[in-house]
Amino acid sequence: MRIGVPKEIEEGEKRVALTPDVAAQIQKLGFTLAIESKAGEAANFDDELYKQAGVEIIEDPKELWTSSDIIMKVRPPKEHPELGFYGVELLGKGQTLISFLYPAQNSEMLDELSNHGVTALAMDSVPRISRAQKMDALSSMANIAGYRAVVEASQHFGRFFTGQITAAGKIPPAKVLVIGAGVAGLAAIGAAKSMGAIVRAFDTRPEVKEQVESMDAEFLMLDFEDDEDGSGTGGYAKTMSPEFIKAEMDLFAAQAAEVDIIITTALIPGKPAPELITERMVANMKPGSVIVDLAAEAGGNCKLTVANDVVVKHGVTLIGYTNLPSRLAAQSSQLYATNLRHLLTDLCPEKNGEIDVNMEDEVIRGATVVKEGEITWPPPAPRISLAPKEDVGIKAKQALEEKEEKPAHPLAFLAPLAICGLALFGLGSVAPPAFIGHLTVFVLSCFIGYMVIWGVSHSLHTPLMSVTNAISSIIVIGALIQISSDSAVVVVLATLAVFITSINIVGGFAVTQRMLRMFRK
Amino acid sequence: MSSGIITVSYIAASALFIMALSGLSHQETARRGNLYGMLGMGLAVVVTVFGLVTNNLTFLIIGIVAGGYIGWVLAKKVEMTQMPELVAILHSLVGLAAVFVGYANALDHSTALTGVEKTIHDVETYIGILIGAMTFSGSVAAYLKLSAKISGKALQLPGRHLFNLGLGVVSLYLVFVFIEQSAAGGGTGVLLLMTLLALVFGVHMVVAIGGADMPVVVSMLNSYSGWAAAAMGFMLGNDLLIVVGALVGSSGAILSYIMCKAMNRKFLNVIMGGFGTPATSSGGGEGPAGNEGDIKPIEAEEVADMLANAKEVMILPGYGMAVAQAQHIVYEITKKLRDKGVNVRFGIHPVAGRMPGHMNVLLAEAKVPYDIVYEMDEINEDFPDVDVSVVIGANDIVNPAAQEVPDSPIAGMPVLEPWNGKSTIVLKRGMSTGYAGVDNPLFYKDNTRMLFGDAKDSVDSVLKHLSA
Repeated sequence: MRIGVPKEIEEGEKRVALTPDVAAQIQKLGFTLAIESKAGEAANFDDELYKQAGVEIIEDPKELWTSSDIIMKVRPPKEHPELGFYGVELLGKGQTLISFLYPAQNSEMLDELSNHGVTALAMDSVPRISRAQKMDALSSMANIAGYRAVVEASQHFGRFFTGQITAAGKIPPAKVLVIGAGVAGLAAIGAAKSMGAIVRAFDTRPEVKEQVESMDAEFLMLDFEDDEDGSGTGGYAKTMSPEFIKAEMDLFAAQAAEVDIIITTALIPGKPAPELITERMVANMKPGSVIVDLAAEAGGNCKLTVANDVVVKHGVTLIGYTNLPSRLAAQSSQLYATNLRHLLTDLCPEKNGEIDVNMEDEVIRGATVVKEGEITWPPPAPRISLAPKEDVGIKAKQALEEKEEKPAHPLAFLAPLAICGLALFGLGSVAPPAFIGHLTVFVLSCFIGYMVIWGVSHSLHTPLMSVTNAISSIIVIGALIQISSDSAVVVVLATLAVFITSINIVGGFAVTQRMLRMFRK
Repeated sequence: MSSGIITVSYIAASALFIMALSGLSHQETARRGNLYGMLGMGLAVVVTVFGLVTNNLTFLIIGIVAGGYIGWVLAKKVEMTQMPELVAILHSLVGLAAVFVGYANALDHSTALTGVEKTIHDVETYIGILIGAMTFSGSVAAYLKLSAKISGKALQLPGRHLFNLGLGVVSLYLVFVFIEQSAAGGGTGVLLLMTLLALVFGVHMVVAIGGADMPVVVSMLNSYSGWAAAAMGFMLGNDLLIVVGALVGSSGAILSYIMCKAMNRKFLNVIMGGFGTPATSSGGGEGPAGNEGDIKPIEAEEVADMLANAKEVMILPGYGMAVAQAQHIVYEITKKLRDKGVNVRFGIHPVAGRMPGHMNVLLAEAKVPYDIVYEMDEINEDFPDVDVSVVIGANDIVNPAAQEVPDSPIAGMPVLEPWNGKSTIVLKRGMSTGYAGVDNPLFYKDNTRMLFGDAKDSVDSVLKHLSA
């Protein structure tokens, strides 16, 4: 099948759905690739690079839309500013569109896709379960957004992030507060931390405390009685109770007066972003402080934020860029294209260049919003796979506790000794002295063997075994004693024994020597 | 030659053997230890030949020369990866020799004993042959299993414990029959019957043990061959045989114990078998440990990149590396990385491979210096600092189920913990389970990448990309 990648037409969108690196890997799945001329230019991928990777360059976007079996895009289809076409109307039965589609907000587009009998997969609808992580474009974009948020903040922040004592005076470290420790929040924590700032983070979901602390940031705890857990399905937070929100707002108000930079990432899917930073808090911040509002597109976590713009209010810079990943276009294109490649790998299990939209597969089912003209959005709720893990841990602990044996009687170790003693006594009372002599030798030798072997290092176990094997051929002595017998049978048996023990002696020692020669420092 | 000289020589030989074993406890003295062993053996054989052999010297020389030649050729030709098979087959020879010597002794009526002495002697002969026959057939079965001539899976007959118990009871009963008949000058028939039973028992014992327990089996057979020699020593009244037999016997027993401890298993459970089959009763062992989609494959090129950009690399080899003969290329990669300043170390699980110390021998063959090869206990706590762990053809020894799933068949077995590191690359042929038949959750972890294919081809192409 042929995959076509059009140039993104959204203003300011620099990403592209295919990079030359990924093109090579997708071709291994059996697909042929075509890309609109200059599609990768904004992300620094030249047409020439695509050509080298075996991708066909097509000048006319209309031709690309009509001639491809699969269209891969970043942004949802949109009216072309110059050519005046929309894209979807050019598609027909048997064609597939893979892109960010935001089906909840774009129901009209879904209808149109359905009217044309198209199959459409929305990258933003890939279920957030662990096996779908490799195609989770929301996460890979959020990661970039979090990093870029810190870079933007540092640009507008008039001071260092890291603290220093210099000859020209002391530089205090910047204090950064990250609200919402999802993928973007964690990426922001990591970036701010590595620049030397003091980082604090807050999230309504208590289970992310560990993740925040693993990034070496401080997790702010709410002084709140009730054990309210903010975890919703799919790894998102849910809306919290009024009491909780009040406690939360008090915390933010106190923090706002103290920190230099606030990065907010709080989003609840399908709803306007919650207001977390009020105008009063902004006014209380130190002049020169910066707020980066990653929720600007959904209304913003701060009402003063202006989407797609940077504004200064009360001496505080508010950054409301909505397309931060596009500002790192080469990187985000690479990651997004890799997400697409993983999705294609799942769609094309035979690696024959044909896709199979298997609605039994939970991930593909979740991503597919229109299947051959039929709207299949929203998908059934994802199976929760996280919960049982805790049980296993508890069970393991219990099992371990049960395993602990009750302590033995302090004198219990005497029992086997007593039995041995009795047995020896019994033997001693009847056996001839010669046997007792041999027994003495035997027991003492066992102890010597025991003492000697304990010290052997693991790496020498094999040579040890081949050496002990060789010396256990000392049985040859027995055969030698018997070989001079008058009885023919005995001589034959003894000769055979000499023969095979000789194999063993020579073989064992020689192979040990060979092995030991190889050990070197 | 006077009997005094013979005895003194035997004492010297015993001392040399003890020095041989203690020499083998350290790399620096190991070769000297082996020399002591050869000296001891040479001394014992020469003294016995000159002191006690009066007749049939031709047969003796033919036996020694022919056997020695075969042994020499075997030792030169064997591949290091086939060491377990070689050791197993050599054990079988000791067992067989014990059987021959035992029969020769039983058929030789030149020395007349009476009363308790006669009874004790008969019991010694009986036990010697019994252990010898068991060692022989068990080792042959182990050899066939290790060389994959028969299935490595545990064969578990219904009622096998009863069967073993029956064999034991019959053997015990036959001792008394033998003593009775031997007093009347006969007993060969009983001995033959017992030998047959012992042979069956030896095979049955080994085939019932799963492939993952092979290191224990091999060292256990090593121990048996020692006890067989000791029993012969009692029978012949020869202290040298007793000393050496006891040394070998206890050394094998301790090795078995160390192996069992490395797998957190009771020795008896290993011997009773039942480990190598997929768990049928326990819930934890069933089914895959994750969704197939959680598996993240990786290409050799990316692996090379990851390795080149890492600071700390840990290589964890398993039996798969031995099978694919990949150790040389693994060392080439190691050298390349070390030249680039990457700290590459090897982590060896005590039961990696099919024989105690198997991996160390292979790595030594590939000239990996032994001071970058570490034991599990030495390196497990270093994993958090490791950037990339490379698991080559290992499965059960890196299975987190041993710690996480309480009803897993391998629960509680100490394992290497690469999942505590930053990332893990697993080189594997396919998604099959290890010898223990337990699925491995490691393969589904977030920071694990799978490089599928034959271990040798995989490391080959990684090396190619590293050199490029």
